[in-house]
Amino acid sequence: MCLSVPAKIAKILPNDMAIVSIDGISLEISIALVDELEVGDCVLVHVGYALAKIDPVEAERTLELLQELGSAGERRS
Amino acid sequence: MKFADEFRNKAIAQGIARAIGGEVSSQRAYRFMEFCGGHTHAISRYGLEDLLPANVRMIHGPGCPVCVLPASRIDMAIRLVDRPEVTLCVYGDLMRAPGSQGQSLLRAKALGADIRMVYSTLDAIRLAEQAPSREVVFFAIGFETTTPPTAVMIRIAEKKRLKGLSVFCNHVLTPSAMHSILENPKIRDTGGVPIDGFIGPAHVSTIIGTQPYEPLAEQFGKPIVIAGFEPLDVLQAILMLVRQVNEDRNEVENQYSRVVTREGNRRAKDEVSQIFELRAQFEWRGLGLVPNSGLKLKPAYAQFDAETRFAIHDLRVADNPACECCAILRGAKRAVDCKLFGTVCTPETPIGSCMVSSEGACAAYWTYGRVRDEPLRRTS
Ligand code: SF4
Repeated sequence: MCLSVPAKIAKILPNDMAIVSIDGISLEISIALVDELEVGDCVLVHVGYALAKIDPVEAERTLELLQELGSAGERRS
Repeated sequence: MKFADEFRNKAIAQGIARAIGGEVSSQRAYRFMEFCGGHTHAISRYGLEDLLPANVRMIHGPGCPVCVLPASRIDMAIRLVDRPEVTLCVYGDLMRAPGSQGQSLLRAKALGADIRMVYSTLDAIRLAEQAPSREVVFFAIGFETTTPPTAVMIRIAEKKRLKGLSVFCNHVLTPSAMHSILENPKIRDTGGVPIDGFIGPAHVSTIIGTQPYEPLAEQFGKPIVIAGFEPLDVLQAILMLVRQVNEDRNEVENQYSRVVTREGNRRAKDEVSQIFELRAQFEWRGLGLVPNSGLKLKPAYAQFDAETRFAIHDLRVADNPACECCAILRGAKRAVDCKLFGTVCTPETPIGSCMVSSEGACAAYWTYGRVRDEPLRRTS
Protein backbone atom coordinates (compact mmCIF):
# COMPACT_ATOMS: atom_id res chain seq x y z
CA MET A 1 0.00 0.00 0.00
CA CYS A 2 2.85 2.39 0.78
CA LEU A 3 4.97 1.14 -2.08
CA SER A 4 5.83 3.86 -4.52
CA VAL A 5 8.01 3.83 -7.61
CA PRO A 6 10.43 6.34 -9.07
CA ALA A 7 9.40 7.46 -12.55
CA LYS A 8 10.52 9.97 -15.17
CA ILE A 9 8.19 12.67 -16.51
CA ALA A 10 7.86 12.09 -20.27
CA LYS A 11 5.12 14.57 -21.10
CA ILE A 12 3.12 17.21 -19.23
CA LEU A 13 -0.62 17.12 -20.00
CA PRO A 14 -3.38 19.65 -19.23
CA ASN A 15 -5.31 19.56 -15.93
CA ASP A 16 -2.32 18.67 -13.73
CA MET A 17 -1.76 15.35 -15.48
CA ALA A 18 1.43 13.90 -16.95
CA ILE A 19 2.75 10.82 -18.70
CA VAL A 20 5.60 9.13 -16.86
CA SER A 21 7.74 6.23 -17.87
CA ILE A 22 8.69 3.48 -15.45
CA ASP A 23 11.16 0.98 -16.87
CA GLY A 24 9.83 1.72 -20.36
CA ILE A 25 6.17 1.46 -19.38
CA SER A 26 4.07 4.60 -19.82
CA LEU A 27 1.53 5.63 -17.25
CA GLU A 28 -0.76 8.62 -16.91
CA ILE A 29 -0.55 10.17 -13.45
CA SER A 30 -1.68 13.28 -11.61
CA ILE A 31 0.90 15.94 -10.83
CA ALA A 32 -1.54 18.05 -8.82
CA LEU A 33 0.53 17.62 -5.65
CA VAL A 34 3.96 18.70 -6.88
CA ASP A 35 4.96 22.18 -8.01
CA GLU A 36 7.02 23.09 -11.04
CA LEU A 37 7.69 19.81 -12.77
CA GLU A 38 9.39 19.58 -16.12
CA VAL A 39 9.91 16.85 -18.67
CA GLY A 40 12.91 14.77 -17.57
CA ASP A 41 12.32 15.28 -13.82
CA CYS A 42 12.09 12.16 -11.69
CA VAL A 43 9.22 11.80 -9.25
CA LEU A 44 7.98 9.29 -6.75
CA VAL A 45 4.65 7.85 -7.89
CA HIS A 46 2.11 6.51 -5.42
CA VAL A 47 -1.50 5.48 -6.15
CA GLY A 48 -1.44 7.38 -9.43
CA TYR A 49 -0.05 10.64 -8.04
CA ALA A 50 3.41 12.18 -8.05
CA LEU A 51 4.19 12.73 -4.36
CA ALA A 52 7.59 14.37 -4.55
CA LYS A 53 10.37 15.25 -6.91
CA ILE A 54 13.52 13.16 -6.53
CA ASP A 55 16.57 15.38 -6.10
CA PRO A 56 19.34 13.94 -8.30
CA VAL A 57 22.09 15.83 -6.47
CA GLU A 58 21.00 14.47 -3.08
CA ALA A 59 20.63 10.98 -4.60
CA GLU A 60 24.23 11.18 -5.85
CA ARG A 61 25.43 12.41 -2.47
CA THR A 62 23.69 9.51 -0.67
CA LEU A 63 25.16 7.00 -3.12
CA GLU A 64 28.67 8.37 -2.59
CA LEU A 65 28.21 8.17 1.17
CA LEU A 66 26.91 4.61 0.87
CA GLN A 67 29.91 3.64 -1.21
CA GLU A 68 32.22 5.16 1.38
CA LEU A 69 30.45 3.42 4.25
CA GLY A 70 30.50 0.17 2.31
CA SER A 71 34.21 0.30 1.59
CA ALA A 72 35.00 1.38 5.16
CA GLY A 73 33.18 -1.80 6.23
CA GLU A 74 35.24 -3.80 3.72
CA ARG A 75 38.50 -2.48 5.16
CA ARG A 76 37.40 -3.28 8.67
CA SER A 77 37.00 -6.96 7.88
CA MET B 1 15.09 1.39 -12.56
CA LYS B 2 16.80 4.72 -11.96
CA PHE B 3 16.91 5.72 -8.25
CA ALA B 4 16.09 2.16 -7.21
CA ASP B 5 18.67 -0.28 -8.61
CA GLU B 6 21.66 1.76 -7.44
CA PHE B 7 20.35 1.40 -3.88
CA ARG B 8 20.31 -2.42 -4.07
CA ASN B 9 24.04 -3.10 -4.59
CA LYS B 10 25.00 -6.31 -2.82
CA ALA B 11 28.69 -5.58 -2.24
CA ILE B 12 27.93 -2.19 -0.70
CA ALA B 13 25.23 -3.79 1.46
CA GLN B 14 27.73 -6.32 2.78
CA GLY B 15 30.24 -3.54 3.43
CA ILE B 16 27.71 -1.49 5.41
CA ALA B 17 26.65 -4.58 7.34
CA ARG B 18 30.31 -5.09 8.30
CA ALA B 19 30.52 -1.46 9.34
CA ILE B 20 27.48 -2.02 11.58
CA GLY B 21 29.13 -5.15 13.01
CA GLY B 22 32.26 -3.14 13.73
CA GLU B 23 30.45 -0.32 15.49
CA VAL B 24 27.99 -2.14 17.74
CA SER B 25 29.00 -2.67 21.33
CA SER B 26 28.84 -6.29 22.41
CA GLN B 27 27.72 -5.08 25.83
CA ARG B 28 24.25 -4.04 24.77
CA ALA B 29 21.22 -4.84 22.64
CA TYR B 30 19.96 -2.58 19.87
CA ARG B 31 16.22 -2.89 19.28
CA PHE B 32 14.96 -0.78 16.44
CA MET B 33 11.38 -0.55 15.27
CA GLU B 34 10.79 -0.02 11.58
CA PHE B 35 7.48 1.76 11.68
CA CYS B 36 6.52 1.22 8.05
CA GLY B 37 5.41 -1.90 6.23
CA GLY B 38 7.58 -0.80 3.32
CA HIS B 39 10.67 -1.27 5.46
CA THR B 40 9.40 -4.61 6.79
CA HIS B 41 8.99 -5.69 3.20
CA ALA B 42 12.54 -4.61 2.25
CA ILE B 43 14.05 -6.27 5.34
CA SER B 44 12.32 -9.57 4.57
CA ARG B 45 12.71 -9.47 0.82
CA TYR B 46 16.44 -8.76 0.85
CA GLY B 47 17.16 -10.88 3.94
CA LEU B 48 18.67 -7.89 5.73
CA GLU B 49 18.26 -9.42 9.18
CA ASP B 50 20.73 -12.13 8.19
CA LEU B 51 23.37 -9.45 7.59
CA LEU B 52 22.98 -7.86 11.03
CA PRO B 53 24.89 -8.73 14.21
CA ALA B 54 22.92 -10.88 16.67
CA ASN B 55 22.46 -8.03 19.13
CA VAL B 56 20.73 -5.80 16.55
CA ARG B 57 17.08 -6.73 16.37
CA MET B 58 14.43 -5.28 14.11
CA ILE B 59 10.89 -4.99 15.43
CA HIS B 60 8.10 -4.72 12.91
CA GLY B 61 5.90 -1.77 13.73
CA PRO B 62 2.30 -1.01 12.95
CA GLY B 63 2.95 1.03 9.82
CA CYS B 64 0.71 -0.71 7.34
CA PRO B 65 -2.64 1.02 6.88
CA VAL B 66 -4.49 -2.20 6.06
CA CYS B 67 -2.95 -3.97 9.07
CA VAL B 68 -4.04 -1.32 11.53
CA LEU B 69 -7.57 -0.95 10.19
CA PRO B 70 -9.89 -2.52 12.76
CA ALA B 71 -12.48 -5.12 11.75
CA SER B 72 -15.21 -2.65 12.69
CA ARG B 73 -14.39 -0.36 9.76
CA ILE B 74 -14.59 -3.30 7.33
CA ASP B 75 -17.95 -4.22 8.85
CA MET B 76 -19.12 -0.63 8.40
CA ALA B 77 -18.12 -0.71 4.72
CA ILE B 78 -19.95 -4.00 4.26
CA ARG B 79 -23.09 -2.42 5.72
CA LEU B 80 -22.64 0.39 3.26
CA VAL B 81 -22.55 -1.90 0.23
CA ASP B 82 -25.70 -3.63 1.44
CA ARG B 83 -27.43 -0.58 -0.01
CA PRO B 84 -28.27 -1.35 -3.64
CA GLU B 85 -27.46 2.14 -4.87
CA VAL B 86 -23.85 2.05 -3.62
CA THR B 87 -20.70 1.28 -5.65
CA LEU B 88 -17.70 0.98 -3.34
CA CYS B 89 -14.21 1.72 -4.70
CA VAL B 90 -11.30 0.18 -2.79
CA TYR B 91 -7.56 -0.22 -3.10
CA GLY B 92 -6.83 -3.88 -3.89
CA ASP B 93 -5.04 -4.67 -0.60
CA LEU B 94 -8.24 -4.07 1.26
CA MET B 95 -10.33 -6.73 -0.46
CA ARG B 96 -9.17 -9.57 1.80
CA ALA B 97 -8.89 -7.53 4.99
CA PRO B 98 -10.81 -9.44 7.63
CA GLY B 99 -13.94 -7.98 9.17
CA SER B 100 -15.72 -9.77 11.97
CA GLN B 101 -17.02 -13.34 11.58
CA GLY B 102 -15.04 -14.17 8.48
CA GLN B 103 -16.48 -11.27 6.50
CA SER B 104 -14.43 -9.40 3.93
CA LEU B 105 -15.12 -7.14 0.99
CA LEU B 106 -14.08 -9.97 -1.32
CA ARG B 107 -16.78 -12.12 0.18
CA ALA B 108 -19.35 -9.35 -0.02
CA LYS B 109 -18.45 -8.90 -3.68
CA ALA B 110 -18.86 -12.63 -4.32
CA LEU B 111 -22.30 -12.33 -2.73
CA GLY B 112 -23.23 -9.62 -5.22
CA ALA B 113 -22.17 -6.30 -3.72
CA ASP B 114 -20.95 -3.69 -6.21
CA ILE B 115 -17.31 -3.35 -5.16
CA ARG B 116 -14.63 -2.18 -7.59
CA MET B 117 -10.89 -2.37 -7.11
CA VAL B 118 -9.20 0.88 -8.03
CA TYR B 119 -5.55 1.84 -8.37
CA SER B 120 -6.09 5.55 -7.80
CA THR B 121 -8.66 8.08 -6.62
CA LEU B 122 -8.70 9.20 -10.25
CA ASP B 123 -10.41 5.88 -11.10
CA ALA B 124 -13.16 6.67 -8.58
CA ILE B 125 -13.74 10.03 -10.28
CA ARG B 126 -14.02 8.29 -13.66
CA LEU B 127 -16.53 5.81 -12.25
CA ALA B 128 -18.65 8.59 -10.73
CA GLU B 129 -18.64 10.42 -14.06
CA GLN B 130 -19.65 7.32 -15.98
CA ALA B 131 -22.45 6.34 -13.60
CA PRO B 132 -24.11 9.56 -12.41
CA SER B 133 -27.10 7.70 -11.01
CA ARG B 134 -24.94 5.59 -8.64
CA GLU B 135 -23.64 6.47 -5.19
CA VAL B 136 -19.90 5.96 -5.71
CA VAL B 137 -18.11 5.71 -2.35
CA PHE B 138 -14.33 5.71 -2.16
CA PHE B 139 -12.96 3.63 0.77
CA ALA B 140 -10.17 6.02 1.74
CA ILE B 141 -7.40 4.41 3.74
CA GLY B 142 -3.77 5.16 4.40
CA PHE B 143 -1.30 7.34 6.21
CA GLU B 144 -0.23 10.85 5.23
CA THR B 145 0.97 9.46 1.88
CA THR B 146 -2.44 8.52 0.52
CA THR B 147 -4.40 11.34 2.15
CA PRO B 148 -3.42 14.08 -0.34
CA PRO B 149 -4.73 12.05 -3.33
CA THR B 150 -8.06 11.70 -1.50
CA ALA B 151 -8.12 15.46 -0.89
CA VAL B 152 -7.44 16.14 -4.57
CA MET B 153 -10.28 13.77 -5.49
CA ILE B 154 -12.74 15.71 -3.34
CA ARG B 155 -11.58 19.00 -4.80
CA ILE B 156 -12.06 17.67 -8.34
CA ALA B 157 -15.48 16.23 -7.43
CA GLU B 158 -16.49 19.63 -6.09
CA LYS B 159 -15.26 21.41 -9.20
CA LYS B 160 -16.98 18.95 -11.52
CA ARG B 161 -20.12 18.95 -9.36
CA LEU B 162 -20.05 15.19 -9.05
CA LYS B 163 -23.00 14.75 -6.74
CA GLY B 164 -22.77 10.97 -6.47
CA LEU B 165 -19.20 10.73 -5.13
CA SER B 166 -18.30 10.45 -1.45
CA VAL B 167 -15.52 9.22 0.82
CA PHE B 168 -15.54 6.68 3.64
CA CYS B 169 -12.61 8.21 5.47
CA ASN B 170 -10.12 6.02 7.36
CA HIS B 171 -7.00 8.15 7.01
CA VAL B 172 -4.66 7.99 9.99
CA LEU B 173 -1.66 9.92 11.24
CA THR B 174 1.80 8.49 11.79
CA PRO B 175 3.28 10.66 14.56
CA SER B 176 0.29 10.05 16.86
CA ALA B 177 0.67 6.28 16.39
CA MET B 178 4.38 6.47 17.25
CA HIS B 179 3.48 8.56 20.27
CA SER B 180 0.94 5.95 21.31
CA ILE B 181 3.42 3.08 20.99
CA LEU B 182 5.85 4.89 23.22
CA GLU B 183 3.42 6.25 25.75
CA ASN B 184 0.36 4.03 25.96
CA PRO B 185 0.52 2.20 29.32
CA LYS B 186 -1.61 -0.61 27.90
CA ILE B 187 1.12 -1.32 25.38
CA ARG B 188 3.93 -0.89 27.86
CA ASP B 189 2.30 -3.34 30.27
CA THR B 190 1.39 -6.03 27.78
CA GLY B 191 4.84 -7.20 26.97
CA GLY B 192 5.93 -4.80 24.25
CA VAL B 193 9.70 -4.86 23.96
CA PRO B 194 11.77 -1.80 24.78
CA ILE B 195 12.65 0.20 21.69
CA ASP B 196 16.01 1.94 21.26
CA GLY B 197 15.15 3.83 18.11
CA PHE B 198 12.92 4.10 15.08
CA ILE B 199 13.38 3.87 11.36
CA GLY B 200 10.91 6.53 10.32
CA PRO B 201 8.55 6.30 7.35
CA ALA B 202 9.87 7.07 3.89
CA HIS B 203 6.91 8.18 1.88
CA VAL B 204 4.81 9.57 4.70
CA SER B 205 7.76 11.87 5.34
CA THR B 206 7.83 13.10 1.73
CA ILE B 207 4.54 14.75 2.68
CA ILE B 208 4.94 15.77 6.34
CA GLY B 209 8.72 16.26 6.34
CA THR B 210 11.04 15.35 9.20
CA GLN B 211 9.95 18.17 11.50
CA PRO B 212 6.88 16.43 13.08
CA TYR B 213 9.16 13.73 14.53
CA GLU B 214 11.34 16.18 16.41
CA PRO B 215 9.10 16.52 19.51
CA LEU B 216 8.85 12.70 19.66
CA ALA B 217 12.60 12.18 19.59
CA GLU B 218 13.02 14.81 22.26
CA GLN B 219 10.13 13.84 24.54
CA PHE B 220 10.89 10.12 24.59
CA GLY B 221 14.63 10.25 24.16
CA LYS B 222 14.60 7.98 21.09
CA PRO B 223 16.61 8.48 17.92
CA ILE B 224 14.59 8.48 14.70
CA VAL B 225 16.13 8.07 11.25
CA ILE B 226 13.88 8.69 8.25
CA ALA B 227 14.91 6.17 5.59
CA GLY B 228 14.07 5.15 2.03
CA PHE B 229 12.68 1.72 1.18
CA GLU B 230 15.62 0.27 -0.73
CA PRO B 231 17.93 -2.19 1.09
CA LEU B 232 20.92 0.16 1.20
CA ASP B 233 18.70 2.89 2.64
CA VAL B 234 17.59 0.60 5.44
CA LEU B 235 21.11 -0.57 6.24
CA GLN B 236 22.45 2.98 6.31
CA ALA B 237 19.61 3.98 8.63
CA ILE B 238 20.48 1.12 10.99
CA LEU B 239 24.11 2.27 11.04
CA MET B 240 22.97 5.84 11.77
CA LEU B 241 20.78 4.57 14.63
CA VAL B 242 23.61 2.46 16.07
CA ARG B 243 25.84 5.54 16.05
CA GLN B 244 23.21 7.66 17.79
CA VAL B 245 22.70 5.01 20.46
CA ASN B 246 26.46 4.68 20.99
CA GLU B 247 26.82 8.44 21.29
CA ASP B 248 23.74 8.80 23.47
CA ARG B 249 22.06 11.11 20.98
CA ASN B 250 18.30 11.27 20.30
CA GLU B 251 17.94 13.19 17.10
CA VAL B 252 15.84 13.07 13.98
CA GLU B 253 18.15 12.33 11.06
CA ASN B 254 17.24 12.12 7.40
CA GLN B 255 18.78 9.31 5.36
CA TYR B 256 16.26 9.83 2.54
CA SER B 257 17.38 13.32 1.59
CA ARG B 258 16.85 12.64 -2.12
CA VAL B 259 13.11 12.93 -1.53
CA VAL B 260 12.42 14.12 2.02
CA THR B 261 12.96 17.63 3.37
CA ARG B 262 12.37 19.06 6.84
CA GLU B 263 9.21 20.87 5.74
CA GLY B 264 7.76 18.17 3.50
CA ASN B 265 5.43 18.86 0.59
CA ARG B 266 3.67 22.13 1.38
CA ARG B 267 1.22 21.88 -1.50
CA ALA B 268 0.09 18.41 -0.41
CA LYS B 269 -0.22 19.51 3.22
CA ASP B 270 -2.36 22.48 2.16
CA GLU B 271 -4.69 20.24 0.15
CA VAL B 272 -5.15 18.02 3.20
CA SER B 273 -5.71 20.80 5.71
CA GLN B 274 -8.34 22.44 3.51
CA ILE B 275 -10.49 19.33 3.47
CA PHE B 276 -9.78 17.26 6.57
CA GLU B 277 -9.80 17.80 10.33
CA LEU B 278 -8.77 15.67 13.30
CA ARG B 279 -11.06 13.08 14.85
CA ALA B 280 -10.97 13.13 18.65
CA GLN B 281 -9.96 9.46 18.51
CA PHE B 282 -9.74 6.61 16.04
CA GLU B 283 -9.52 2.88 16.62
CA TRP B 284 -6.36 1.06 15.50
CA ARG B 285 -6.04 -2.68 15.31
CA GLY B 286 -3.53 -3.60 17.96
CA LEU B 287 -3.37 -0.17 19.53
CA GLY B 288 -6.98 0.45 20.52
CA LEU B 289 -8.41 3.96 20.55
CA VAL B 290 -5.66 6.44 19.80
CA PRO B 291 -6.44 10.13 20.46
CA ASN B 292 -6.06 12.60 17.58
CA SER B 293 -4.84 9.87 15.25
CA GLY B 294 -7.44 9.88 12.51
CA LEU B 295 -8.91 12.35 10.04
CA LYS B 296 -12.45 13.10 8.94
CA LEU B 297 -13.93 15.51 6.44
CA LYS B 298 -14.58 19.06 7.59
CA PRO B 299 -18.27 19.94 8.06
CA ALA B 300 -18.08 22.13 4.93
CA TYR B 301 -17.51 18.93 2.94
CA ALA B 302 -20.22 16.89 4.68
CA GLN B 303 -21.88 16.13 1.34
CA PHE B 304 -18.76 14.15 0.40
CA ASP B 305 -18.59 12.32 3.73
CA ALA B 306 -20.09 8.82 3.39
CA GLU B 307 -20.43 8.46 7.16
CA THR B 308 -22.69 11.53 7.33
CA ARG B 309 -24.41 10.95 4.03
CA PHE B 310 -25.45 7.37 4.80
CA ALA B 311 -25.63 7.76 8.59
CA ILE B 312 -23.26 4.86 9.23
CA HIS B 313 -22.30 4.67 12.85
CA ASP B 314 -19.22 3.49 14.64
CA LEU B 315 -19.20 -0.20 15.46
CA ARG B 316 -16.99 -2.01 17.92
CA VAL B 317 -16.08 -5.64 17.24
CA ALA B 318 -13.58 -7.93 18.93
CA ASP B 319 -10.66 -9.40 16.98
CA ASN B 320 -10.21 -13.18 16.65
CA PRO B 321 -8.74 -14.12 20.05
CA ALA B 322 -6.18 -16.57 18.61
CA CYS B 323 -4.71 -13.99 16.24
CA GLU B 324 -1.53 -12.41 17.58
CA CYS B 325 -1.62 -9.37 15.29
CA CYS B 326 -1.96 -7.02 18.26
CA ALA B 327 1.17 -8.35 19.97
CA ILE B 328 3.01 -8.35 16.64
CA LEU B 329 2.04 -4.75 15.97
CA ARG B 330 3.41 -3.82 19.38
CA GLY B 331 6.70 -5.63 18.82
CA ALA B 332 5.91 -8.10 21.60
CA LYS B 333 5.75 -11.17 19.35
CA ARG B 334 6.81 -12.33 15.91
CA ALA B 335 4.66 -13.88 13.22
CA VAL B 336 6.11 -17.33 13.91
CA ASP B 337 4.96 -17.07 17.52
CA CYS B 338 1.33 -17.25 16.37
CA LYS B 339 -0.03 -20.77 16.31
CA LEU B 340 -2.28 -19.98 13.36
CA PHE B 341 0.64 -18.79 11.24
CA GLY B 342 1.02 -20.84 8.08
CA THR B 343 -1.63 -23.34 9.10
CA VAL B 344 -5.05 -21.77 9.32
CA CYS B 345 -3.75 -18.35 8.42
CA THR B 346 -2.08 -17.78 5.04
CA PRO B 347 -2.26 -14.94 2.49
CA GLU B 348 -5.02 -16.92 0.74
CA THR B 349 -7.04 -17.33 3.94
CA PRO B 350 -5.94 -14.50 6.24
CA ILE B 351 -7.29 -14.45 9.76
CA GLY B 352 -5.63 -11.27 10.89
CA SER B 353 -4.75 -8.14 9.02
CA CYS B 354 -0.97 -8.69 9.29
CA MET B 355 -1.40 -11.49 6.77
CA VAL B 356 -3.61 -9.52 4.42
CA SER B 357 -1.43 -6.83 3.00
CA SER B 358 1.81 -7.82 1.32
CA GLU B 359 3.50 -5.33 3.63
CA GLY B 360 2.06 -6.87 6.78
CA ALA B 361 4.52 -8.52 9.16
CA CYS B 362 2.95 -12.01 8.87
CA ALA B 363 2.71 -11.84 5.07
CA ALA B 364 6.34 -10.70 4.85
CA TYR B 365 7.41 -13.66 6.99
CA TRP B 366 5.24 -16.00 4.97
CA THR B 367 6.68 -14.85 1.66
CA TYR B 368 10.34 -14.44 2.51
CA GLY B 369 11.22 -15.64 5.98
CA ARG B 370 9.22 -18.74 6.74
CA VAL B 371 11.84 -21.35 5.96
CA ARG B 372 14.56 -19.48 7.79
CA ASP B 373 12.46 -19.23 10.93
CA GLU B 374 11.45 -22.89 11.04
CA PRO B 375 14.27 -24.11 13.35
CA LEU B 376 13.63 -21.17 15.65
CA ARG B 377 10.06 -22.26 15.92
CA ARG B 378 10.87 -25.87 16.75
CA THR B 379 13.33 -25.07 19.50
CA SER B 380 11.07 -22.55 21.19
S1 SF4 C 1 -0.45 -15.40 11.44
FE1 SF4 C 1 -2.52 -14.71 10.98
S2 SF4 C 1 -3.64 -15.09 12.85
FE2 SF4 C 1 -1.49 -15.15 13.38
S3 SF4 C 1 -0.97 -13.07 14.00
FE3 SF4 C 1 -0.53 -13.20 11.84
S4 SF4 C 1 -2.40 -12.52 10.86
FE4 SF4 C 1 -2.95 -12.98 12.98
